[in-house]
Amino acid sequence: MAFSLIFQIAKTHLLSKKKQTITAMLGVTFGIGMFVLMISVMTGVNDYLTDSMLESTAHIRMYNDLESSSRLSIVEEIFNGVKNMATIAHQKPKNMKLNIRNGMQIVEALRTDPNVAGVSPQLNSQVFYNYGVVQLNGTIAGVNILDEDKLFNVTEKLKSGTLESLLATSNGMIMGAGLAKKLNAKVGDRVQVTTPFGTTMTLKIVATFATGNVAVDNVKSYASITTVQKILQRDPGYITTISINLHSMTSAKQIAPEFQAKYGVKSEDWETANAVILQSFVIRNLMTYVVVTTLLVVAGFGIYNIMSMTINDKMKDIAILKATGFSANDIVAIFLVQAIVVGVLGASLGLCIGGTLAYFVSQIPVDFGEFSSMTRFPVAFHLIHYVSGILFGVGATCLAGLLPSRKAGKIDPVQIIRG
Amino acid sequence: MNTPVLQANNLVKYFHEPETFAVLKKVSFEVQKGEFVSIVGKSGCGKSTLLYVLSTMDTDFEGELTLNGTTIHGKSQDELARFRGEHIGFVFQFHYLLPEFTCLQNVMIPALKLGKYSREEIRERAMDKLRLLGVAEQADKRASKLSGGQQQRVAIARALINDPTIIMGDEPTGNLDSNNSKIVFDIFRDLAHTYGQTLICVTHDQEFARATDRTIEMQDGEIISHGN
Repeated sequence: MAFSLIFQIAKTHLLSKKKQTITAMLGVTFGIGMFVLMISVMTGVNDYLTDSMLESTAHIRMYNDLESSSRLSIVEEIFNGVKNMATIAHQKPKNMKLNIRNGMQIVEALRTDPNVAGVSPQLNSQVFYNYGVVQLNGTIAGVNILDEDKLFNVTEKLKSGTLESLLATSNGMIMGAGLAKKLNAKVGDRVQVTTPFGTTMTLKIVATFATGNVAVDNVKSYASITTVQKILQRDPGYITTISINLHSMTSAKQIAPEFQAKYGVKSEDWETANAVILQSFVIRNLMTYVVVTTLLVVAGFGIYNIMSMTINDKMKDIAILKATGFSANDIVAIFLVQAIVVGVLGASLGLCIGGTLAYFVSQIPVDFGEFSSMTRFPVAFHLIHYVSGILFGVGATCLAGLLPSRKAGKIDPVQIIRG
Repeated sequence: MNTPVLQANNLVKYFHEPETFAVLKKVSFEVQKGEFVSIVGKSGCGKSTLLYVLSTMDTDFEGELTLNGTTIHGKSQDELARFRGEHIGFVFQFHYLLPEFTCLQNVMIPALKLGKYSREEIRERAMDKLRLLGVAEQADKRASKLSGGQQQRVAIARALINDPTIIMGDEPTGNLDSNNSKIVFDIFRDLAHTYGQTLICVTHDQEFARATDRTIEMQDGEIISHGN
């Protein structure tokens, strides 16, 4: 009975001043709409950047860590401690092999590991690319292209040609788009590759790729492992790097040392390898939160202002209600009901508008040139943003209704009636 | 065989702004059941203040106030709100209806709040009161659409809805022309004499005061005549 009366009074208040009710609602709508839009766009950009970094980074990378050799020569070993007996001038370091010992066996063992989602063996080398008179310094990665595709999604980064053509062509390679441009070479052209050991081979460009990272696109090419082994004149099974993706990337930090101990090969997890980039992610996330909090605070104050104005307009009514038997709590309840209605309707509308705007933003075509795989503006659509939007909207409106109505409920009606 | 429904004993009330001074100085009087009492006095003599103290809306006073056998002191704001709803009906100088509601709703709201009767019964009773005051045909109009005289009559109907022990009027005719004043006064007298309703009215209107059963005169916060 009491509540239905309170509800009826609240309803009459809301309906009799439609303009004011709608203004209050739009205040909430605007605040929550902007919040949803901003957080969707900022999260979208952050997610895109994180993804594009992680896409080109293996969760764990195994490689042969060369220790600078300060090995004593045999002569020095024998005459150790005896001064000025023997001297060797211009001692050269020992010829070190860069490969991972028993690399292919380790790869096979890793493929059966339950934590591992994918493994890609690689043979990397410095090379010179010669095409006509142009000579460029770069790298070549001998890979099993299907394994590499599974880990790093090479297919998506292809600018021309196909992945399969690498398998179909002997002595083919997939060249970085920037490198190809510098060489002025196209798919189908043959480019001479020279190793640091002086061996050369002519490889045919079967495809080009772009990762968006100039430091990669301008220097790197993919070829099959056997091709690179041939150029380097190494035996089959000679590989320098093993890239590993895990089922859960967050466990990389624990698993990497286990692999290192088990296989005796230096294993580096992605967090250690990208410490600086991760730091920038933390800072960017922090900025997102600062911006979003500011937005919410501004929206909250707006809502508070409108609600307290609405209640101040009703001071005389509050006095009459109190004079005719309504308690302070009844007054609070009447305005709280109004605040909840305004909050729920306003915030729901805000979610719709924010979501729609975010959708439109996600349809904006963007073109950062041929090196970027981005075609539309990145926008994230996460349920949690919408849930927190409506919770905050309704919460802020309730608080904004509660505080002034509590104050109004406590005032002696005489003070208002006297004027 | 008189039964006092209101007993005021040594009421003292101070105003603290701009400086502390006593508005009411040991005011004591009684009102019997069914009496129609007017309180008169010059502006600033404390008669409105006295009414607000009697109405329980102003609790910042010293002394003893008993309404219908209940001592007002020491009650919480919520208890007082309920007490007001049940025992006191108000008629203000400016009608003070809720402008967004219809006349019928305005009359019904205090009864709905009190919750003594069902909604249907309250509706019936409210219509009875409006009929009694001759504004039944305005029942479904918004309160803000009525003339001043009609609004005041609706306000009186609202004051009557819970069958209060006492009706208190603060210059109930102060804002009305002489014709409407007369109508309102006749209603009051009718209530007092036909229905035995107790009424206390603060007024400036000498004519109004003379026609009541008893006139209490105030000056500088004291009662100078109980009008017996």
